Amino acid sequence: MLGYYLDLAVRSLKRSPGLTALMILIVGFGVAASMTSYSVFRAVSGDPIPWKSSRLFVPQIDIWGPRGHADGSSDNDPPDAMDYTDAVALMRDHRGKYQSAMYRVSPSVVPPDPHMHPINVGGHAVYSEFFAMLDVPFQFGGAWGADGDAKHAAAVVINSKLNQKLFGGANSVGKTLNIDGKDYRVVGVLNNWNPKPTFFDVVNTGGFTSGQEDMFLPFTRAIDVGMSNDGNTNCSEVPKGSGFVGLQQSSCVWIAYMVQLEDKAAVSAYKDYLDGYFRDQKASGRFNWALNNRLRDLPAWLESEHVVPSDTKISLLVALGLLVACLVNTAGLLLAKFLRRSSEIGVRRALGAPRMAIYVQFLVEAGMVGLTGGVLGLLLTWVGIHGVNWVLPKEIASLAHVDLSLLALTLVIAVVATMLAGLYPTFRASRVQPALQLKTN
Amino acid sequence: MQIKPILTAMRHHKAGTILIAFQIALTLAIVCNALFIIQQRVTRVMRPSGVEEANLFAIDNQWADSASVQNVGAQIRADLTALRQLGSVQDAYATNSFPLRGWGWDNYVRLRPDQVHRTSDSAIFFTDDHTLATLGVKLIEGRNFTSSEAHDVSIKTLAAWPEIIISKDLAKKTFPDGHAVGKPLYVNSDASPSVVVGVTDTLQSHMTDSDITPFAYDAVLVPGYLLQGMTRYVIRARPGQLQAAMRDAKRALVTQSRMRIIDPKDGVRTFAQVRAKAYERDYGMAMLMGIVSVVLLAITAAGIVGLTSFWVGQRRKQIGIRRALGATRADILSYFLTENAMIGGCGVIVGILLALGINLWMVMRFEMAHLSGLYVLIAAAILLLLGQGAVLAPALRASRVSPVEATRPA
Repeated sequence: MLGYYLDLAVRSLKRSPGLTALMILIVGFGVAASMTSYSVFRAVSGDPIPWKSSRLFVPQIDIWGPRGHADGSSDNDPPDAMDYTDAVALMRDHRGKYQSAMYRVSPSVVPPDPHMHPINVGGHAVYSEFFAMLDVPFQFGGAWGADGDAKHAAAVVINSKLNQKLFGGANSVGKTLNIDGKDYRVVGVLNNWNPKPTFFDVVNTGGFTSGQEDMFLPFTRAIDVGMSNDGNTNCSEVPKGSGFVGLQQSSCVWIAYMVQLEDKAAVSAYKDYLDGYFRDQKASGRFNWALNNRLRDLPAWLESEHVVPSDTKISLLVALGLLVACLVNTAGLLLAKFLRRSSEIGVRRALGAPRMAIYVQFLVEAGMVGLTGGVLGLLLTWVGIHGVNWVLPKEIASLAHVDLSLLALTLVIAVVATMLAGLYPTFRASRVQPALQLKTN
Repeated sequence: MQIKPILTAMRHHKAGTILIAFQIALTLAIVCNALFIIQQRVTRVMRPSGVEEANLFAIDNQWADSASVQNVGAQIRADLTALRQLGSVQDAYATNSFPLRGWGWDNYVRLRPDQVHRTSDSAIFFTDDHTLATLGVKLIEGRNFTSSEAHDVSIKTLAAWPEIIISKDLAKKTFPDGHAVGKPLYVNSDASPSVVVGVTDTLQSHMTDSDITPFAYDAVLVPGYLLQGMTRYVIRARPGQLQAAMRDAKRALVTQSRMRIIDPKDGVRTFAQVRAKAYERDYGMAMLMGIVSVVLLAITAAGIVGLTSFWVGQRRKQIGIRRALGATRADILSYFLTENAMIGGCGVIVGILLALGINLWMVMRFEMAHLSGLYVLIAAAILLLLGQGAVLAPALRASRVSPVEATRPA
């Protein structure tokens, strides 16, 4: 029977090619616009580490008090980064399964090849547990050990891109690299790890940057050699000391911190620890305001830092609005198309076709319009995703891509949406009174 | 005139009427919000920076040996001398950041050291006596810095800067009575204030985010060369020699010293490029909203044409009877135009409510501004005209239906 309905649908669609083409175009455009926006939205709002994000937490301690968030910041949120004193204290206490304080650095590297100019690289000073905590993939070697943190080891982990540039992509573990005029031993090479957003340090990278993570070196070593931070520095009061050392002694915040906690018990234990830490500091006279800590998991943290640009959300909403408008339109056109065939329906009904048969017949026809529109939508989505480079900043546009799930979703949405739009017209068609139609003819 | 028969006819095709009206309402709601977003973005992009942007460019210069940045002061001075001597260069200065750069240093500005709420979040630009001439910004009060006031400033040593020049908007905010020169302002120290020695004409800060709009024109110029890993040179080429100056300047810097990194891709940028980068999100958003609006209007028009054509086809017999009974072509035409205007009117009324609702929701959710009535009216007019335009072709076809049709079977 389905084959017969398909045949009927093709015949009917061929009979009014203009109207059919119009419906297909409308469905195609509507689906393509929303899928293009969705692909951008999916790229920027996706969970960067879905298998673990609910176990990664960012602690915040209110070290500034009311003066620090007297203006602008909503709901009295404490500073979104840490000062040196507290970051180091939390690392020393080591209450999570894994944890790392980190700050962004931008040193220069003198390539081993004497013919090459010095180059500027980007990266982070981190603790050894950083790599295990974030499941960072290695191509060669691995992280430095915990003793590397303790001994302030002159070790470095480089990303595959930098490895390609400096060592031609070979296994460079054990080689020496000159960073800011000092020698470091390469202990590991990452397998092209460049998560977007840069979720482990949103504060210093803004989430989406064109910047690369070229290398990681021990936090303790970076502090030793005075490798200054390249990210944001926020101060509620003027540092008393000068230079990078002065910054470390100040209450300015510039260090990102992340901790892995395995279960609910661990989370509440860590919360208690954090509150206890604040009370101890308060008892020692450092603060004179009330406890105001936060411990957000990664998704909540990214939300509170507004990592997904609101423009992207607005675009998605507008595109969805466009899709709805297209469907309303398609519903109107299908209604016109179906009711024009009232006499045909009358004949079928008079010859004994039940209402259900009319239903199926017209839903098949709507589905066919949807499928064809979906195929057109696929083409247009492909064009759209390649065209967003032209409209959106490249840090964001370059993340949008076509994959199998997007293709499948495009087709499914096109068919389902068009059939939904066809529901009412089909209902009307099935209500056609056979007697009336036969009489007027 | 014919309102009553139109209403009666509408009752026979309720669903189609409602669908068209709803389509118009939805289109109106989306289009006027989109128009409003476009207008806001265009206003942002069009606002003046205060800088004479033609013939201006900037070089991002990173010192290769970042361990010894404490000693680059002499090199900066030598670089500036070399740059200013170039034939294609009119003037140049060294700084940490400049208007529209997006990133830089900003400080809370306070009138009293114990003030809790900030008066402003101002850009901090390190400058010297050549800055105003290079940027093409006029001094409207007080004096410029002298060459001897530009000292080396080591990173994060924040002794109060003794003298500063502030932008017109910051001066208005801090000293509404109009006399800023000679007044104290707490910019980088709670212990001692800086003294305002001059006020510039309009000058934009480096920040272009929409959430700092109230402070977009607040800038503090500080005399000195900031010693840090990155030094930026802002250079004014002689008129018409921009390309030559960009080439010459980079060569001159490398000749001075090779221990620097200037990104081959975007290390040297014209101010036009700086501006395009600063507002790329706004351009993008405006473009996107424009595309969506056009597509949506086209689709709505197509839908109206489609559905009205169907109605005309369905009513050929009735039209023929009316014609046979003496209705003129103009009567038939005006029937369909009036019908469309009525449906459009209903759609527009619902659409306006919908548009205001969406806007209200966006105001709460995305900190957008309130929709101005003008955009609602413009969008409503566009949609009513669009409806009349779309219905014209099928209505003309209807008016050409011959009275003979009345006698033919439907």
